[in-house]
Amino acid sequence: MSTAEAAAAAPLALRCRGMRKHFGPVAAVDGVDLDVSAGEIFGLLGPNGAGKTTVIRVLTTLLPPDGGEVAVFGRDVTTEPFAVRRLIGYVPQQLSADGSLTGRENVGLFARLFDVPRPQRAAHTDEVLAVVGLADTADRLASTYSGGMIRRLELAQALVSNPRLLVLDEPTIGLDPVGRDSVWQRVHELRRNLDMTVLVTTHYMEEADEHCDRVAIMHAGRIEAVGVPAHLRAAIGPEATLEDVFRQHSGHAFEEGGDLRDVRSARRTAQRLG
Amino acid sequence: MTCAMSARPVAPPNDSVEPGTAAPSTVRWVASRILAFCVVELQKIRHDRSELLTRAIQPALWLLIFGKTFSSLHPVPTGGLPYLDFLTPGVLAQSTLFVAVFYGIQVIWERDAGVLAKLLVTPTPRSAVVAGKGFAAGIRAIVQVVVVVVLALLLGVQLQLAPWRIIGAATAAVVGAAFFATLSMTIAGLVLSRERLMGIGQAITMPLFFASNALYPVSAMPVWIRWFSYINPLSYEVDALRGLLIGTHAHLWLDAVVLAGALVVGVAVAAAVLPRLVR
Repeated sequence: MSTAEAAAAAPLALRCRGMRKHFGPVAAVDGVDLDVSAGEIFGLLGPNGAGKTTVIRVLTTLLPPDGGEVAVFGRDVTTEPFAVRRLIGYVPQQLSADGSLTGRENVGLFARLFDVPRPQRAAHTDEVLAVVGLADTADRLASTYSGGMIRRLELAQALVSNPRLLVLDEPTIGLDPVGRDSVWQRVHELRRNLDMTVLVTTHYMEEADEHCDRVAIMHAGRIEAVGVPAHLRAAIGPEATLEDVFRQHSGHAFEEGGDLRDVRSARRTAQRLG
Repeated sequence: MTCAMSARPVAPPNDSVEPGTAAPSTVRWVASRILAFCVVELQKIRHDRSELLTRAIQPALWLLIFGKTFSSLHPVPTGGLPYLDFLTPGVLAQSTLFVAVFYGIQVIWERDAGVLAKLLVTPTPRSAVVAGKGFAAGIRAIVQVVVVVVLALLLGVQLQLAPWRIIGAATAAVVGAAFFATLSMTIAGLVLSRERLMGIGQAITMPLFFASNALYPVSAMPVWIRWFSYINPLSYEVDALRGLLIGTHAHLWLDAVVLAGALVVGVAVAAAVLPRLVR
């Protein structure tokens, strides 16, 4: 079977060809090619300002790309945005649950917005809350939740539409180790039990190494390396870490980067959470 | 517990995708979104009733202090109506304006919290997000209708309370609030910051209020302010409320057309600038 036939038989969860996005003179994403296969946990790594969040915004239809092709399970993000939105579950970087609603009400809103039919709505809401381990606390206001619980609630919100691609933007940022573990544990369960494809951005290299099947390393709007974490490390040396891989491919230390935009959004999150 | 989901039992199949084909019709599709946002607003009100109380203070003060004082002065030509009766619909319209005109702040908060991005990644057209939030502000306006009507009755205002009049008044208040909420969301999409929205909101509230027929009839105004009041949707809201609740001569059809038209334009413009908030 040729490559084209194979692609037609089983469309990739995500296929990017030459994705470009400029903000004024700044090329936030500068010709990104990316293939994510169905069923994998794929990590998009890079320091703040590398362009990860812009890639996410384009593939979730929030931002139109300036150029290139981006398709989710064969559906083009610019010509079929509504089809793409029904295929993805999205959890943004900020803790985005509404604290003035209960956990159940937070999920219920998204059940309505994704047209879960009324007769099934309550049962399905209960089901996804159970999946993320919030069944017992579903009727408490989300403002009383811990950071890890809010992340799990957001997973439930994203899951209520039965998405095929789960997009998590920095899912463990700002969480304590217990919260981080609980989030990753759920992600693995979802992949295992529901065959879900998971695309996750992170700048925590150790987490990516431990939890992702494959990673792409991004720097200054470009993909510098793609592969299985262990293979990427092995290619550099026996003791190499993913940070070494990043340094090798980008020519920069990992800590560099970040811009005012990131600082601003980090500060907003900090303000909101007190 | 997780295996319970493995059958992928409910949400519409992923290949039934396009708006209008997945749902029975576009109208029902948009209506379902508006309903979803109104349900959320009711849930919020249920969890925090203190806001209902604080929102009641201002109209109460307008009626009690301003209304009572002006009633004894008789400076306003009301066409033989007791001033408090004349004022009540104006205060009601003003309180719905105040509920709605800062609604954009919530949208900016939702932008900061990532909520807006999440809403825009659902299969919901931007116009439906904006309309939904507009009508959610309208839910708050219904509360104001109840508060002002009860206050007015306690103060001895002669209200017309036939059910169709109450329903009509509530509709006018909802549509008026929804329009001013879309205006607020438009400003939010243009200025992108809470502080600037606060400033502009305060700057436009007073002219909208004073250059309307809320406190005095248009005939008492200098000509140039009169012209402003003719393009001010608040005047049409007040006219409708006054006609319905007090029984004065009103242009209900004109009021309905202007308010509905303003809302349609407001939704369209706010939907066009909304994406600026998530870029």
